[in-house]
Amino acid sequence: MTVVIDRTTPPSAAKSPGPVSAAALARRKAGQGGGLYQKRPPIYPKLVHGKWRTIKWAMLIATLAVYYVVPWIRWTRPGELPDQAVLVDFTGRRFYFFFIQLWPQEVYFITGLLVMGALALFLVTALFGRLWCGYTCPQTVWTDLFIAVERLFEGDRNARMKLDASPMSFNKLWRKTGKHAAWLGIAFATGGAWIFYFHDAPTLIRTFWLGQAPLTAYISCGLLTATTYTLAGMMREQVCTYMCPWPRIQGAMLDEHSLQVTYLADRGEPRGPHKKNESWEGRGDCVDCNQCVVVCPMGIDIRDGAQLECINCGLCVDACDEIMVKMGRPKGLIAYDTDHAVISRVEQKKVIYKPIRARTIYYAGALSLVSAIMLWGFLQRSPVDLHVLRDRNPTFIQLRDGSIRNAYTLKITNRGFEAETYKVTFKGISPVTLKTPGESVSSNTLTVVVQPDQVRAMRVFVNAPADALTAPSLPVTFSIRSKSVSADTRTVFLSGEANAR
Amino acid sequence: MTDHVPEKDAHSGVDTTGHEWDGIRELDNPLPRWWLWVFYACIAFSIGYWVLMPAWPGLNNYSHGLLGQSDRAQVDQAIKDLAAVRGAGAAKLKTATLAQIASDPQLQASALQVGGSIFGDNCATCHGAGGGGGKGYPNLRDDVWLWGGTLEDIQQTLTYGIRSGDDQARISQMPAFGKDGLLQAPQIADLTEYVVSKSGRQASPAAVARATPVFAEQCASCHGVEGKGAQALGAPDLTDGDWLYGSDRASINGQIQNGRGGVMPAWGQRFSPETIKAIAVYIHANSGQ
Repeated sequence: MTVVIDRTTPPSAAKSPGPVSAAALARRKAGQGGGLYQKRPPIYPKLVHGKWRTIKWAMLIATLAVYYVVPWIRWTRPGELPDQAVLVDFTGRRFYFFFIQLWPQEVYFITGLLVMGALALFLVTALFGRLWCGYTCPQTVWTDLFIAVERLFEGDRNARMKLDASPMSFNKLWRKTGKHAAWLGIAFATGGAWIFYFHDAPTLIRTFWLGQAPLTAYISCGLLTATTYTLAGMMREQVCTYMCPWPRIQGAMLDEHSLQVTYLADRGEPRGPHKKNESWEGRGDCVDCNQCVVVCPMGIDIRDGAQLECINCGLCVDACDEIMVKMGRPKGLIAYDTDHAVISRVEQKKVIYKPIRARTIYYAGALSLVSAIMLWGFLQRSPVDLHVLRDRNPTFIQLRDGSIRNAYTLKITNRGFEAETYKVTFKGISPVTLKTPGESVSSNTLTVVVQPDQVRAMRVFVNAPADALTAPSLPVTFSIRSKSVSADTRTVFLSGEANAR
Repeated sequence: MTDHVPEKDAHSGVDTTGHEWDGIRELDNPLPRWWLWVFYACIAFSIGYWVLMPAWPGLNNYSHGLLGQSDRAQVDQAIKDLAAVRGAGAAKLKTATLAQIASDPQLQASALQVGGSIFGDNCATCHGAGGGGGKGYPNLRDDVWLWGGTLEDIQQTLTYGIRSGDDQARISQMPAFGKDGLLQAPQIADLTEYVVSKSGRQASPAAVARATPVFAEQCASCHGVEGKGAQALGAPDLTDGDWLYGSDRASINGQIQNGRGGVMPAWGQRFSPETIKAIAVYIHANSGQ
């Protein structure tokens, strides 16, 4: 049965002159034929105090700290290898993460991490709504920081609205200039920190100012300065609403059992102003104070229900709780709750919470599966690789004595941090002789030294007497062994119909 | 078409352009604003481009632009840079002997690089990308050599060529016994059987017996009494399994009839001695010896 929750018509500008959500303002304007281009209604989020705001501040500090500190963590590696714990080395084509060093061909580990990240996001969203958007998304974190700076220069909501409405004055000028200068400074620090992930940080911070850093460093820094300034300073909630695909995708993850910032309409309606000592009988707890609207950084009215713009940050929860305490009513008129719970209460049924349901089981299952595969792949990872490329032109050579020669190029990858001496052997045909250019004698085994962190290509000629060849194509194996590691790679030895027994 | 006063379209509430074609009127919707800004930015960019880059053609010249951009100059610079990069390695190849190059791993590695790339551009046309050869074009990957397979032999063949017209080219000529009427067809048929028998295959004993004196008289001077050939003369060994023009009877018969011999260009006329050395090292290292 579909339950229609009665939300009384939101107050229109004509009825009450109080604050109205920015989204409602825009809708009203568009309805009146306000032109083809929707103008952004300015949003002046009011400062709020409370549990969720404190968590949001903590997350802001934690995420920014991670972002700025990580490139400066040192991690000693042998030889000429960089001593930076986390480094994306494009020049050297390596990715360093503490004790892990990845080569470009191992990029599937990064892909796997991204897949895990996406699945974890699905799971968290299905369980708790858009926590990522509300607390940890860089757009949210930097916007929050920029709003804090704005508040520092221009004051809180009312002061800012008054300032924007006032004509240009010295007071307005210095406040605006100061704000934009501080924003640009933060934006530059953002772009400036980004480039440290790609070069040795202590070196780069010196060369950057001396004008000796690579051009890409300046370009990346400039681009990130520009995007941070515009996205966090000017565009803010429009990035989430219009540019980001996630709000659209999340609709597929959320259902009536997902915890989301919810206006408990069952308790709040019918809403209306409340005078002191007036009875609470026959009316809802919502006193229509609009505090939930004025603190919202997205400019929406949560009382309209779950909506695309809502980033689940919980600031309206704090705002409402403050009022409820003043009113002497219980907290949690706006709270992290499920749609199902609200409907159950309206229907006077038992409220049930179902964190374990088909959707969350699937997401958790997929996440565990991918994590297990990744972990297995990582534990299986060998510090040595052997690739064998068989010459295909000519496929084989007949020598003067009738023996057949196949030529192979061995690519030996030494991912270790020390030079390794490998013994190269060949199995599958006996007897054979192996030879490599530069060595005048043939033997059963070859020895090759591969420098640390290097790939070495080695040509190997394999001679087999005609009577050892039992088929035109024989499966064979190249093996390399060093003191600690080994690798085998299968290939074939071809000799043609005419030459095989 | 007559001038019309722009009017509002009743359905969409948008102004029309006032133009009418067969009763169809056009809405005067503005261009998307992002598109307009990109358009203006392109105009601004193009003005800057005119000033900075070569842009305007003149009668016998063109505007060079303030940046002095020139593709031709860039290519010149790139070639100079390449020469500078090659400098050290190329100089070593110049002075080192073939034996020194083959025994020094570093020199050999750079010779293999240079030789391999030159081989791919010039030699692969006839000898194949892998040096495997083809009918009439010797296989460079095995251990059978018409003119010798030492580094020095290969260097000489590369420098002066074979039947190339160069003064010092390697020259030999197998007579066209059939075409020039030196031998009769039955004799050539017998000789074919004889050559087949030399490489250890079944042949008619009567024909072999008939051909034995003919071989001794006509062929042994170059190919040797045993048919083992002679590298000094470029005469192939007839006892091994390697056949430049084919191993079947028809091919052998045709070769005695026509006495074909290919031409290898004198690469010394095109490449510097150090490049020739690099190719020789590359061919030798990849061959079957």
